[in-house]
Amino acid sequence: MSYQELNAATKTINLITLKKTFMSPIQTLIKDLADKHGRRRESLLPVMQGVVEQENFLSEYSMVEIAREMDLPAAEVYGTATFYSFLEVKKMGKFIIRMCKTITCAMKGKNQVLFAIQDMLKIKVGETSADGRFSLLETNCLGLCHKAPAMLINHDIYTDLTPEKVREILTEYMSK
Amino acid sequence: MATSYQLKRADFIFKNENDWEEILGKILKQSPQELINELISSELKGRGGAGFPTGLKWKVASETKSDKKYVICNADEGEPGTFKDREILQRVPYKVLTAMVACAHVIGAKEGFIYLRNEYWFLRDELEKVIDEFEYYCKEIKLDFSIQIFMGSGAYICGEETALFESMEGKRGEPRNKPPYPTTYGYMGKPTVINNVETLAHTYTIFKYGAKKFYDLGVQYSRGTKLFSVSGDTPKPGIYELELGMSLQDFVHEFGDGDTKAVQVGGASGFLVPRKKFADTAIGYQGKLTGISLPTGGSMMLFNSSRSMYNVLDNYLEFFREESCGQCTPCRVGCQQLLIGIKAVKRGEKPANYLDKLLRLTETMQYTAKCGLGQSVANSFSSIVENFREEMIY
Repeated sequence: MSYQELNAATKTINLITLKKTFMSPIQTLIKDLADKHGRRRESLLPVMQGVVEQENFLSEYSMVEIAREMDLPAAEVYGTATFYSFLEVKKMGKFIIRMCKTITCAMKGKNQVLFAIQDMLKIKVGETSADGRFSLLETNCLGLCHKAPAMLINHDIYTDLTPEKVREILTEYMSK
Repeated sequence: MATSYQLKRADFIFKNENDWEEILGKILKQSPQELINELISSELKGRGGAGFPTGLKWKVASETKSDKKYVICNADEGEPGTFKDREILQRVPYKVLTAMVACAHVIGAKEGFIYLRNEYWFLRDELEKVIDEFEYYCKEIKLDFSIQIFMGSGAYICGEETALFESMEGKRGEPRNKPPYPTTYGYMGKPTVINNVETLAHTYTIFKYGAKKFYDLGVQYSRGTKLFSVSGDTPKPGIYELELGMSLQDFVHEFGDGDTKAVQVGGASGFLVPRKKFADTAIGYQGKLTGISLPTGGSMMLFNSSRSMYNVLDNYLEFFREESCGQCTPCRVGCQQLLIGIKAVKRGEKPANYLDKLLRLTETMQYTAKCGLGQSVANSFSSIVENFREEMIY
C-alpha cells in the first residue's frame, strides 16, 4: 500500500478503535481495573493491587498510566505506592518470598531458614534471581507466631519452617 | 492481691453455633437503644488494645446525624505476636458479620467494610462466600446493608483507626489528628464505627446470652473474656480464651516452660514484665486497686533465660523504625535514634548512662508523637531497659 493510500485509510478508521488496538497490555489492564473499581481516589489502592497481582510490581510506566487513567498527579500515585510494603516499585520475580523477621520467628530459627533459601536460590535479601522467577524479601510480623518461623510466597503461607522443609517447598516452586 | 485470681478458661468465641440467622433476627427486632444499653451494661471494651467502651462508641455514632454512616471491621492485625483475628475470621466469620449487621442497624449505616491485611489474602475467598450469604439474608428481610472487603497493602500503622481511613481513601496511611474521633468524622468524613474483629465477635456472645452473662466473667473494670495469642518459649503456643483479670504468675505457671525470664504483654508496643514482677501483675484494663494492671491486645510472648533482651529490643526497634509512617518527627527520628543509641552503647561507643538519655527521648516521644505508635515505643523500651539494664550494656 502506498503512503497516500495508508494515510487516507487511517483517516476513515474510527479513532476509538484505533486507540484501543494500540493500547499496551498494561494500559488495557489499568483501564479495566479502573472500570471495575471506579476512578475516584478511594479506588487507587484496589487498582494498584490489581496491577501488582498481574505484574508483581508497579513500574514507573504503570504508575504514570494509573495517574493518567484516574486523573491524579503521578507523584501522588508514587507517594501512595511507596508507603505500602506489598506494593513494590522495583521489578520483582514471579514468586515473591517474604520471610517473617519479627521477634518470635527470629527466635525460632528464621536465620537458618533464610540461609537455606539464599543458598538455594543464590540471591540475598532484596534481590531477584537471574531468571526472574524468585525474589527474596524480609517482612514484619505475618501473624503466624505460634507456628514460627513462617513465610509467605505470593499469597500462600508456609509455617513451622526448617531448612529441610524450605528446600522441599522451593524445589516444588522451581518446577512450577 | 493479684495472686487471688485463677486462670479461668472459657469457650465462647470459637464455640461453633450455627444459629446466626436466629440471633440476627432477634437482634433486629430490638430497638437501637435497647441494644446499646445491653452493650453498655456488659462493659465490653475494645479488644484491639486501646480498650474504648464499645457501647459508648455505638451510642455516639448513632446520635450523630449524617446522611451516610459506615461500619468498619478492623482486621489489620499487625502487632507482633497477635494472631487471634485471623483465627476468628477463619473459624467463626459469621459472628463478626452478624455484629456488623447489628451495628448497622443501631447506627443506621448502609455500607460496611472489612479492612483485611494483605498478609491474610488467603482468607479472602472464604470470607467473600460468607458475606454473600449475609447480603442475601439482608436482601430477604429488606435491610439495606452491604459489606465489602478492602485489602490492606502491608502497613502496620494502618491498624490505627484514622490511618486506616486514610488508607481506604486511597492515600498514604498516615494517622489524623484526634479529635475529631471516628464516631463523628471517620471514613470519608462521615460518622464511622470501627471495631476490632474480636470486639465484634464478643458482641455476638452478649446479644445471644445477654449482658449479664458476659459481665459476670472477669473482674471489676475488666469484664468478660479475651483471646490470648501465646507464642515464644512455651510448650503450647496457640490461642486461648481466658477471663480477664488473671495474674501473670498463674499465666506463666500454665504456659511457661519452667524457665520463663520475662513476658511481653501486648506485643512490641506493650510492656515487658520480668520474672520478679509476675506476681504483682494482672492482665486487664487500668483501674484495679492493687498491683499493676496491663491492658493488652492479646499478644503474650514468653522469653526464657536463654534469650538476650538486647536482641529482643533491637528487633522491636527495627520493627518500629520500619513501620513508623514518618509523618511526625518525634516518632520518625526517635525510632531511628533509639536503635542507633542502643547499638552504640552495646559497642561501647557511648557510656552506659547514655541509656538514661535514650529513656528521656522515649518520654518526649510519649508526649509529642501524633499517634499510638510513637507514644507506645516508650512502653517496651523503658520496661526492657529498666529491668535488664546490664544486658543492654554488656
